[in-house]
Amino acid sequence: MKFRNLTLATAALCAATLVPAGAFAQAKEQFVPVLSYRTGPYAPNGVPWANGFVDYLKLTNARGGINGVKISYEECETGYDTGKSVECYERLKGKGASFVQPLSTGATFAITEKAPIDKIPLISIGYGRSESQDGGVFKWNFPIAGTYWVASDAILQAIAKKEGGWDKLKGKKFALVYHDSPFGKEPIPQLQERAKLHGFELQLLPVTAPGVEQKSTWLQVRQSRPDYVVLWGWGVMNSTAIKEAQATGYPREKMYGVWWAGAEPDVKDVADGAKGYNAVTMQHGAEPQSRLVKDVLAMVHDKGQGTGPKEEVGQVLYMRGAMSAMLGLEGVRAAQERFGKGKVMTGEQIRWGLENLNLTQAKLDALGFAGVMRPISTSCMDHMGSAWARIHTWDGKAWKFSSDWLQADEQIIKPLVKAQAEKYAAEKKLTRRTPEDCQS
Amino acid sequence: MLYRENGQFKTSYRADAQIFPIAQDRLAIGALLVFAYAIAPFVVSEYAFRAIVIPFLILSLAALGLNILVGYCGQISLGTGAFMAVGAYAAYNFQARIEGMPLIASLLLGGVCATAVGVLFGIPSLRIKGLYLAVATLAAQFFTDWAFLRIKWFTLDSASGAASVAGLQVFGLPIESPVSKYLFCLSFLTVFALLAKNLVRGAIGREWMAMRDMDVAASVIGIRPVYAKLTAFAVSSFIVGVAGALWAFVYLGSWEPAAFSIERSFQLLFMVIIGGLGSIMGSFFGAAFIVVLPIVLDQVLPALGRAVGVTLDTAFVSHVVFMVYGALIVFFLIVEPHGLARLWSTAKEKLRLWPFPH
Repeated sequence: MKFRNLTLATAALCAATLVPAGAFAQAKEQFVPVLSYRTGPYAPNGVPWANGFVDYLKLTNARGGINGVKISYEECETGYDTGKSVECYERLKGKGASFVQPLSTGATFAITEKAPIDKIPLISIGYGRSESQDGGVFKWNFPIAGTYWVASDAILQAIAKKEGGWDKLKGKKFALVYHDSPFGKEPIPQLQERAKLHGFELQLLPVTAPGVEQKSTWLQVRQSRPDYVVLWGWGVMNSTAIKEAQATGYPREKMYGVWWAGAEPDVKDVADGAKGYNAVTMQHGAEPQSRLVKDVLAMVHDKGQGTGPKEEVGQVLYMRGAMSAMLGLEGVRAAQERFGKGKVMTGEQIRWGLENLNLTQAKLDALGFAGVMRPISTSCMDHMGSAWARIHTWDGKAWKFSSDWLQADEQIIKPLVKAQAEKYAAEKKLTRRTPEDCQS
Repeated sequence: MLYRENGQFKTSYRADAQIFPIAQDRLAIGALLVFAYAIAPFVVSEYAFRAIVIPFLILSLAALGLNILVGYCGQISLGTGAFMAVGAYAAYNFQARIEGMPLIASLLLGGVCATAVGVLFGIPSLRIKGLYLAVATLAAQFFTDWAFLRIKWFTLDSASGAASVAGLQVFGLPIESPVSKYLFCLSFLTVFALLAKNLVRGAIGREWMAMRDMDVAASVIGIRPVYAKLTAFAVSSFIVGVAGALWAFVYLGSWEPAAFSIERSFQLLFMVIIGGLGSIMGSFFGAAFIVVLPIVLDQVLPALGRAVGVTLDTAFVSHVVFMVYGALIVFFLIVEPHGLARLWSTAKEKLRLWPFPH
């Protein structure tokens, strides 16, 4: 019987996956799970990030590992789907995960609930819960080097500078065109706070995911004629928004995107049409001149081990991936300095490392990140470590920096972080970590 | 040889009316339950529990609910995701707003709210049929997507619009480890499956089936269409709502309306169609096919690639999974349009005659 054989075969396959997986990573290797999306509507942005991430892991191995400990990794395709991300997380955590970086705000929310139980640090470089900066409540979350609130504050600062001071914003109209998901809604409290403070008007224009249909949104933009549009999109939504702006005749110079909306895949289809479009970058932009890129090309790509196309090395999201991997691995290195060099670290030890990260300029220079980013140091209470950002502008061919370094205003962010973190703690019935707990 | 009913005489109506009239079936189900409750918690790995078994159990429950509506009562619905969402958000509100609310009570109350919404959106079924009804239930889907994204009250005014729960417990026992989550979902599934099986065997189930087969004839013999159709909507959306609440609370822990999008509705409808319309067993087969197969393929393909010395890129694997999966759906629908449950019953028929088929 054909069917019976088929059924038996399927049953056997199922049984094979149900049996406890004995394949643990080798003892001398630090295992890093890679949750990536190379398919689906967000793939154009997910692919360069994943290439950068994996290339950096390979580069670290080519440089001799972390004090001799080699990195092993496995990629798992999530398709930017929260359910699949959780499945990947569960699959890879069994292999001794050092830390996890989901590259999806939705997945970060879901894994935030699981990470403390599994004792795996959750690193979200520039995304995730903005209030998770508060290490006193979010012991296992690390939004290192910036959150959405930092990003939105930097955008407003850039605009204020352009207008000639905060007081000039009074009576102006801002529209936030956002991806209708937790990701898109993150900046709203911060923007509202600023709107109250400086007396500008904030219009909220949600776009249903994935964002290929935005005609009605831009019709609203056309009617209300805001002075500035803040674009909070990801994947296919960004290029659609820019095309719609072009069609409606909204000046691209007055559009500011979040870092998820400020990379080559977002603008290259429109090329000249996107000229003048601005986006905030969490520290780095496209950095083809950096030493890191040269090292990757020489030690990974020239050996025939490169992950993606060679010409994309050094693009914005590629750098994002590489920087994300670097921050995670530096957490491992910091942990090794305390718990024993040349040893494989556990999730708990790496958590300590991430919390006591001190990336000085000298260290960054040695890693090849000179000029790419600023020094970062985290602490028990501050899991972010740095609130610097820059604005870059698309000139039709490439992203060029168009602002100085901007620092998000602590006066605005701190109370927000505290209030939201307290709210989370109250909902979850968590108590704040004590100073003694910080030593552990 | 082993599977035949010779010599099993039924001497009372009770014996004739039992769920599993054949002794071997009863044994097999008993053994399955013993395995699921007593043995599986010790032998199945944590990953399999979290990633495969728990989603399988919860989605089987949802498919079971949908099967009552689509398979037994013949009302095509594309609003399953919506009813799951109502169950999840209602349970969340009960859990979060009322101090000391027991978990099981909030899950069941979530189901009750889903019932109300289900009946409301079931009213058009009295006038419209078939594909038109599917489009009408689609409205439920869009409505709930909108409501849970935009009405902040439902998500307790959280800034990001995401809801999350933690520290679940039943009678003081924490539902945190994979085994406890598994047993929790399994108990729900067992109770609801038994309930559903008995409902469809009883008078009300017969009314649903009569309605499905020919509604005019059914009303001529005295079945009230309003009652039959709306009870099917009520029962179905209650089960689906509880499944939605379990999906959110137990599996995801933190969720956004995208977890109950239109794709979820389609996925469940496929489960029911592939598993077998009008079959309780079919819901399980369908859920297993749709939940387990992609994950298995996703892991087996790279392993196969490694065995022959090729490293497959994850994007490639993911595309192949889609293709194989699609091809298998088409294959099954061609060779057995009545679903996997029919294959199962054909196999049982054959076994009865084996080894002397006539």
